[in-house]
Amino acid sequence: MKNIPISALVGLFFTALYFLGAIFAPLLAPYGVGEIVGDVWEPSSADYLLGTDNIGRDLLSRMIYGGRTTIFIASAATVLSFTLGSVLGFFAAVMGGWVDQMLSRFVDLAMSIPTLIFALVVLSVAPVTIPMLIIVMGLLDSTRVYRLARAVAVDIEVMDFVEAARLRGEKTAWIIFREILPNALSPLIAEMGLRFIFAVLFVSTLSFLGLGVQPPEADWGGIVKENKEGIVYGIPAALIPAFAIATLAISVNLVADWVLNRTTSLKGGRG
Amino acid sequence: MSDTLLKVRDLKIGATVYPPGEKPRDIEIVHGVSFDLAPGKVLGLIGESGAGKSTIGLASMAYGRGGVKITGGEVWVNGRDILKSKLGDIRRLRGGEVTYVSQSAAASFNPAKKIMDQVVEAAVEQKKFSRKEAEARARALFAKLGLPDPDNIGDRYPHQVSGGQLQRCMTALALCPEPDLVVFDEPTTALDVTTQIDVLMAIKEAIRDTGVAALYITHDLAVVAQVSDDIMVLKMGNTVEYGPVDQIINNPQEEYTQALVSVRSIEHEEKSPTEEPVLSVRNITARYKGTQFDVLHNVNVDLYPGQTLAVVGESGSGKSTLARVITGLLPPREGEIEFAGRVLSPDLKGRTREDLRELQMIYQMADVAMNPRQTVGTIIGRPLEFYFGLRGAEKRKRIIELLDEIELGEKFIDRYPAELSGGQKQRVCIARALAAKPKMIICDEVTSALDPLVADGILQLLLELQKIEDVAYLFITHDLATVRAISDNIAVMYQGKVQRYGGKSQVLSPPFDDYTDLLLNSVPEMRLGWLEEVIANRKMESAGN
Repeated sequence: MKNIPISALVGLFFTALYFLGAIFAPLLAPYGVGEIVGDVWEPSSADYLLGTDNIGRDLLSRMIYGGRTTIFIASAATVLSFTLGSVLGFFAAVMGGWVDQMLSRFVDLAMSIPTLIFALVVLSVAPVTIPMLIIVMGLLDSTRVYRLARAVAVDIEVMDFVEAARLRGEKTAWIIFREILPNALSPLIAEMGLRFIFAVLFVSTLSFLGLGVQPPEADWGGIVKENKEGIVYGIPAALIPAFAIATLAISVNLVADWVLNRTTSLKGGRG
Repeated sequence: MSDTLLKVRDLKIGATVYPPGEKPRDIEIVHGVSFDLAPGKVLGLIGESGAGKSTIGLASMAYGRGGVKITGGEVWVNGRDILKSKLGDIRRLRGGEVTYVSQSAAASFNPAKKIMDQVVEAAVEQKKFSRKEAEARARALFAKLGLPDPDNIGDRYPHQVSGGQLQRCMTALALCPEPDLVVFDEPTTALDVTTQIDVLMAIKEAIRDTGVAALYITHDLAVVAQVSDDIMVLKMGNTVEYGPVDQIINNPQEEYTQALVSVRSIEHEEKSPTEEPVLSVRNITARYKGTQFDVLHNVNVDLYPGQTLAVVGESGSGKSTLARVITGLLPPREGEIEFAGRVLSPDLKGRTREDLRELQMIYQMADVAMNPRQTVGTIIGRPLEFYFGLRGAEKRKRIIELLDEIELGEKFIDRYPAELSGGQKQRVCIARALAAKPKMIICDEVTSALDPLVADGILQLLLELQKIEDVAYLFITHDLATVRAISDNIAVMYQGKVQRYGGKSQVLSPPFDDYTDLLLNSVPEMRLGWLEEVIANRKMESAGN
């Protein structure tokens, strides 16, 4: 863990800050998430560090709780999409033939529909709950992960060590998890950072459009939506969640870049 | 003009290495090498991988590949120290006064441009010739290098000519701007032996006729003996011995040179066939999926327990395909394979675990035959666990036994493949195959990627293990010296057919068929004048033409 570049340190610091904030939200937030504590759009003061929102709730508390929701949904959706996408992608690469054809064509079909529209359609019929959001986002994103995982695995699959495992008589599960997965990890981890950010943006977009996290629960996209009218009067409340999304995106990417550099520079050594 | 074209004095070359988990540090890879080269002479640089021979070759063009930096010494070309030259002067030097022929012509030509465009590029760029003059010169060179249809071959794209022809095109490219010095970096290493001869002869004649000087870099002493005037033997960036070719070949002074000259001295008594073969390949005809072309035609060979069958041939002869058919990766169209008294399922899926255990395989590239993310212990331990259910201390004990057998020892158990040398990697692959206690091992070009001295060690180990474990080898190779060293029976393959088959002494003694004769005579011999002799006595054109 020596020689961490400065950019990665900055990224690690802010990422850790956001994640810790999310985990310890009830301890950190000065007020409750739905608690009306002051006037509408009060400026920042010693009591309300970031001011209050459109109905007089403390903005800092809502930002902290909102971050918790946003990060939780995005993380859960990313984990779901990576588990599903990479396992299916590896499976398609290892099996080849009609299994590969079926899966790949199905994924092509799913990808041909714009993700946002697809999600809006599904969420307008299905109940909008947090588990539902996670499932919809995870499934839609897993198509991208599938494509990457399959592409990486196809290259690894033709290596002699995979052939050697086949000749030994190993089962498909061993080939996927023991031979291919460890060698595909570094591109997947780099992609994971990126996909996490997309998930943050996606859930924020959905909330902004009113089909994401439902009030009185807070999330960053929802806070932008609630406070967007304030911009006309010069109230910066809507910009704060936007700033949070941007800094989280940048810092996670800095970390992902560093992980990618570190693992690829080993040239097949230890991960 | 002085009488030395290239003068290298105390050349030191360094590089930066990045060991995982440590700070990058600078190391020296060439430690003060000096030599002279007169116009029209050829100096052979010889050494094993890592000896620094290619690095020195490139340094004579003031170039360091990758992170390589020239850290000290002088390189004089035509009376100028090029290490002190400005970039513009160096640009005029490269491709003008000094040119370069790389090992893999296929990877060096731009596949999207016609050969002629690439051959004349440097000469035109350097304003040595007009485009027209350069093309005429290129055509003359094509003819001199023995390329077919020299007037039109330049209009083809690189993929439309064979590997040996492309290598000659690259030589034409290097000679086209009338350079004073050409650096040949392993120009024949990637070619088949019979093609190698043609290219060697073409290079030799071209050097003689154009009066150009050359640095000839190779790991094969027998090859360099044919074309050089002087030889410099390198080891780990140091000069071991430097002298006229005659002295190096016939009277080497240093121990290391003597080892290089006398390599491949393994003696192996031919064993006669026992009654029951462990493997019988019967009437196998095979083709790859989706093609209309049989890669193997009616192949019949037998392998006896505890013996070695060498399958010899050049690239495209079908020898590796035969291995794929035997292992079940490619089900044959016709014929069957009998192994240890039972007929094997043609398809890998239909084989029992016992079938798989008794038939193991060792690959050419040990690098990619081992999972880079598994330790040596895991790699060797997996077959033990998989076939014999060994776990814990018992497994570890057996892994250590195997590591001792391959002369590596217990300390290697936690290493990763990236931490091993080429020879050590191949040994681990051998241990993995042995761990299954097989009746037979297919060895697919197991020594081709290794330096001669290391390859020798591997062959000796294989023979030793054959005595102890009584395992049979199907040894696939293009190298006849290896075949002589280890085989009991030999099958010579040519265009998917077995051309000649029998005991070693029988296959290797006359009367020969034309192909076997060509193949046997193409193996470079370590004596002067061998090349001319072979070319004069040839009965058959090599496959490269």
